[in-house]
Amino acid sequence: MLDVVIEAAIKSAIVIWALLTAFAYLTLTERKVMGRMQARIGPNRVGPFGFFQPVADGIKLVFKEDVIPAQADRIIHTLAPAVSIIPAVIIFAVIPIGPPVTLFGREIKLQIADINIGYLYVAAIASLAVYGIVLGGWASNSKYSLLGAMRSSAQMISYELAQGLAVLSVILMAGSLSLNRIVELQLHGLWNIIPQFLGFIVYYIAGIAETNRAPFDLPEAEGELGAGYHTEYSGFKWSAFFMAEYVNMVNISALVTVLYLGGWAPGWIFPPIWFLLKVAFLLLVFIWLRATLPRLRYDRLMALGWKILLPLALLNLFATATVVALT
Amino acid sequence: MASIAETAGDILAIAKGLSVTLRHLFKKPVTLQYPEVKPVLPPRHRGRHELARHENGLEKCVGCELCAAVCPAYAIYVEGAENPPDNPISIGERYAKIWVVNYLRCIFCGFCVEACPTEALQMKHIYELSEYTRAATIYTKEMLLQPVPKKDPADSWMPG
Repeated sequence: MLDVVIEAAIKSAIVIWALLTAFAYLTLTERKVMGRMQARIGPNRVGPFGFFQPVADGIKLVFKEDVIPAQADRIIHTLAPAVSIIPAVIIFAVIPIGPPVTLFGREIKLQIADINIGYLYVAAIASLAVYGIVLGGWASNSKYSLLGAMRSSAQMISYELAQGLAVLSVILMAGSLSLNRIVELQLHGLWNIIPQFLGFIVYYIAGIAETNRAPFDLPEAEGELGAGYHTEYSGFKWSAFFMAEYVNMVNISALVTVLYLGGWAPGWIFPPIWFLLKVAFLLLVFIWLRATLPRLRYDRLMALGWKILLPLALLNLFATATVVALT
Repeated sequence: MASIAETAGDILAIAKGLSVTLRHLFKKPVTLQYPEVKPVLPPRHRGRHELARHENGLEKCVGCELCAAVCPAYAIYVEGAENPPDNPISIGERYAKIWVVNYLRCIFCGFCVEACPTEALQMKHIYELSEYTRAATIYTKEMLLQPVPKKDPADSWMPG
């Protein structure tokens, strides 16, 4: 029993470290890639090629003054960033990044918890993320924060529906909620992106909206809301919100990889490499979209979610269900 | 609901935008690494002023104050004086005793250079004019004067 606990603790520590490092270097990659896309260079002053820029940013943010507005709810204002970051980090617990490996005569799964409800856990935890943003916006006692938080909750709840329906088709095909099972089926057959192309598109777009990334970054609209739900945040608490956003980007990319891109398939040499390459590619697409597309208007965002993605996901679900029932 | 054709057009537009950003990813950035790499200025760039001298070392400026008169920003202040007969500073009767430019006011229009009857006033390629105090941005004649040209033995027939 104890060895299981120790194993889980070690894996958790590695995953948290990896996710937070990924967050730090994702910010640098984003600034570099977006810079190049805009014919600029991007940060290159701190260390070789600006490699230590995230370290400098981190030190700066930690030492910044932590401002809590006079009328704010102090406890919730402090708690909200944590409520935002915790779900982001724990989603990764069920994501398998490779087949089990044998280390020190022990079979180790490359996943913290292989639970049979798999995706249900992901959906449940991902829904919690909205609390961090809503509480942050509400506790700040500022109209811009509250508006940003309201937009965010509406957006995240709307897109969760389409996302859930898109995933349901994949689950129907696999006959299981377990992410391991979904990957195993793709290892031997077609990647889900081919039969489930529509579902993939819906899931990825909804995933971008879920993480509040451009072009769906309305909750953070600088121009209209003066930043949105984190207007009244500074220093480390502010960076915690962004940590959550970037870790969620990694999560969505990992989930798309698992659900549609075959996880660690084709699995030669060292399977996790394939998984990480796919995740990295999807993260670059996130950045690419941000560098290209302008922000959607609020009504268009809602129309896209409810009138296009949701019916498409439903249609896809019907088609998948019919095919699964007939075969 | 938008028609199928409209939707297809919208998706095409997104693809077009994505291709633009992707192509730029592989282009050379236009950024100039400024303090290390200096820009190449056009030859007629209007930077800081300089008060020129004749080859014999005498100042070209005769203290006529036309530059100060034409200056639209009132950035130039000139006070002329009679040249000392035994030790002339300029070639004319008068010279500029005080000649200062306030670079917080100067708009680098170059009217002063146009107005100068003796071609004493020129604008150089010097553009790093930041200072720590307002007072320091007022450049005096000593700071703007061209250094005395080195004496060439071949020119020794010239006076001065």
